[in-house]
Amino acid sequence: MSEQGQSYETGQHPDLPAPVTTTGIIGWFRQNLFATVPNAVLTVLAALFLLWFIPPIIDWAFIDADWSGDTREACTREGACWVFIKFWFRQLMYGRYPVEELWRINLAYVIAVVAGILLFVPGLRGKPWIGLFLLVGFPIIAFFLFVGGSFGLPEIETPLWGGLFLTLVISAVGIVASLPIGVVLALGRRSSMPVVRALCITFIELWRGVPLITVLFMASVMFPLFLPEGMNFDKLIRALLGVMFFSSAYMAEVVRGGLQALPKGQYEAAQALGLNYWKMMGLVILAQALKMVIPGIVNTFIGLFKDTTLVLIIGLFDFLGMIQLAGTNPDWLGFAIEGYVFAAFGFWIFCFSMSRYSQHLEKKLHTGH
Amino acid sequence: MAVDQLAPAARPPLFYDPRVRAIFFQVLVLGLVVLGAAYLVQNTLSNLARQGIASGFGFLDTTAGFSISMSLIQYSEESSYGRAFLVGLVNTLLVSGIGVFFATLLGFLIGVARLSRNWLVAKMATVYIEILRNIPLLLQLFFWYFAVLRALPSPRDSVALFGSFFLNNRGLSSPSPIFEPGFSSVIVAFVIAILGAVLVARWARKRQEATGDQFPSFWAGTGVIVALPLLAAIFTGFPLSWDYPELRGFNFVGGMVLIPEFVALVVALSTYTAAFIAEIVRAGIMSVSHGQTEAAFALGLRRGPTLRLVIIPQALRVIIPPLTSQYLNLTKNSSLAAAIAYPDIVLVFAGTVLMQTGQAVEIIAITMGCYLVISLLISGFMNWYNQKMALVER
Repeated sequence: MSEQGQSYETGQHPDLPAPVTTTGIIGWFRQNLFATVPNAVLTVLAALFLLWFIPPIIDWAFIDADWSGDTREACTREGACWVFIKFWFRQLMYGRYPVEELWRINLAYVIAVVAGILLFVPGLRGKPWIGLFLLVGFPIIAFFLFVGGSFGLPEIETPLWGGLFLTLVISAVGIVASLPIGVVLALGRRSSMPVVRALCITFIELWRGVPLITVLFMASVMFPLFLPEGMNFDKLIRALLGVMFFSSAYMAEVVRGGLQALPKGQYEAAQALGLNYWKMMGLVILAQALKMVIPGIVNTFIGLFKDTTLVLIIGLFDFLGMIQLAGTNPDWLGFAIEGYVFAAFGFWIFCFSMSRYSQHLEKKLHTGH
Repeated sequence: MAVDQLAPAARPPLFYDPRVRAIFFQVLVLGLVVLGAAYLVQNTLSNLARQGIASGFGFLDTTAGFSISMSLIQYSEESSYGRAFLVGLVNTLLVSGIGVFFATLLGFLIGVARLSRNWLVAKMATVYIEILRNIPLLLQLFFWYFAVLRALPSPRDSVALFGSFFLNNRGLSSPSPIFEPGFSSVIVAFVIAILGAVLVARWARKRQEATGDQFPSFWAGTGVIVALPLLAAIFTGFPLSWDYPELRGFNFVGGMVLIPEFVALVVALSTYTAAFIAEIVRAGIMSVSHGQTEAAFALGLRRGPTLRLVIIPQALRVIIPPLTSQYLNLTKNSSLAAAIAYPDIVLVFAGTVLMQTGQAVEIIAITMGCYLVISLLISGFMNWYNQKMALVER
């Protein structure tokens, strides 16, 4: 065996380095982009598509965009007019909430964020209390802060609420209220009592079978008919009720998934210990089932958060509604795209981070084999 | 007798008997629900009477008196409310059906692309999925409708696609087919060809099971389905012609026009749902363990048959149930049409008709009932399919 004039005993050839074409950056390119001829063609086509698609967007959004100024006249260049967003920013965030009362919203945000961060500090004691505060105490505080009319705070009527603030209020109320209702419905659906089971199944399937828009339509035109004469709800409360029914039906199905996933032995063991129904559910079954379905709950929340945009159809001005309103303002016509891009960015940040969080939880809670 | 008489086992108080408790509790719940419902009905009736709103379904025969921008069935301003309801329902089904078709196509493509060994293609698919599914559908719909389709040029400077499709701010003009008298024979030939192909496939499978001989039933079937209608068309002298749209004055004449609302809705629904379908497809393919591929190779199957006979049937079992629920979501999401004034059932019936008649209870009940029936049908189909496809275990 003579290679390049040198000969080795059988089995004595020194190890050669891997071929250049399989290591380092070249190897990576060959393996992942140009493995076969069709693959290479695909890569070139995809790269051409990106080259055609990306630069105009960057030009539009950054290089040719107008960033400074306060009026429409400041937008003279080819690209995006971010002045539009700057001008309407406060309305997009808070709706028509009075400027001098904005601190109330911001204070609530701060409380929620601080409590939320405390919840994530590892090794901190009393986390259940913080969670309980967020689910029970905080909504009460927030209610008095936002609505006002007591403790010397002037009352702010709900038609003035809007923007991202309203989006957050609707989705937070939807999720906080739907959790307990959903748990009760899920337990009812798995109950051995036929009447209770039938009622729960009907309720769940009824709301899950229809689109949220029809629920909101129903909330806005039919709820007033249900109430006795002279009594009337605010439009926001009607929408909230609709969202609550709708999301609790979805939540019930998520919780049911957790209940079904628990092995029967858990129920039997709890009964053998002599626990009654509520103790068995609270201390053994739900404690495990709810932990199992946390990712599902977060996913429901993401869906609900996106769905809150539908309230603009019944005339509430949430984040997207405010963008529509600003875009149809006669002084600011023609900036719809900027508005949509900004709104998309806002929603995307929220939803994407939540979905990442739910994936992280799924990994963390996956304690099985 | 010295032995004491055994005292009868002490019966627990009636209240602790689980059966008695269950009955008591159920009667209580049922009573509360009935009372609550009665209270609501009572309020509703008195409210309706006070506001002078009629009740009952008589309004369905009343003349509607408004026009609808798009209808597949005969409709004019003199038609009844019932007819308007049908137009809305057909439009909802149409947009959902077409949306499902494109969403499936795009979703499978992107799902497979995400598993591609080509890094660039896989990353592009990932970016598509992560962007599209984390932005509310309504926002995407507004984007397509207000920012893209409404911003298109006027008919005079429309964008021409393939020479006979024209895209402008009044919608998409395309050629429309004109069926001439002999066309029915082509359809008959087509139906016969499909029946024939199914029979051939059955016969081929039986023969293969009995003798092991293979028969190229796929190609034979395709040949029959193409050839028979073609023959019929040749004999009847091609009884189909196309009506091409033409620019006259300020607008296109002839052909058919897809209104921009329809185009926006189909694009938004299918691109959005495709992102979810892609994830389902990916999960389905990944759920088939690699051992299956290796086993198929070890049996001597090539790549094509391995995919067709081993991987896809097993992946479909995982894919179909969530896929049906995505179809259901798409159908329900088509109700967003109301936001851009596409005349679907929500806009026409729960919007315009409700506004004109004021009969909220009946109209909302009918609208919700329609969606409920659709979702029950689809989930019924899903259960049937699941039972058929479930692994038969010993």
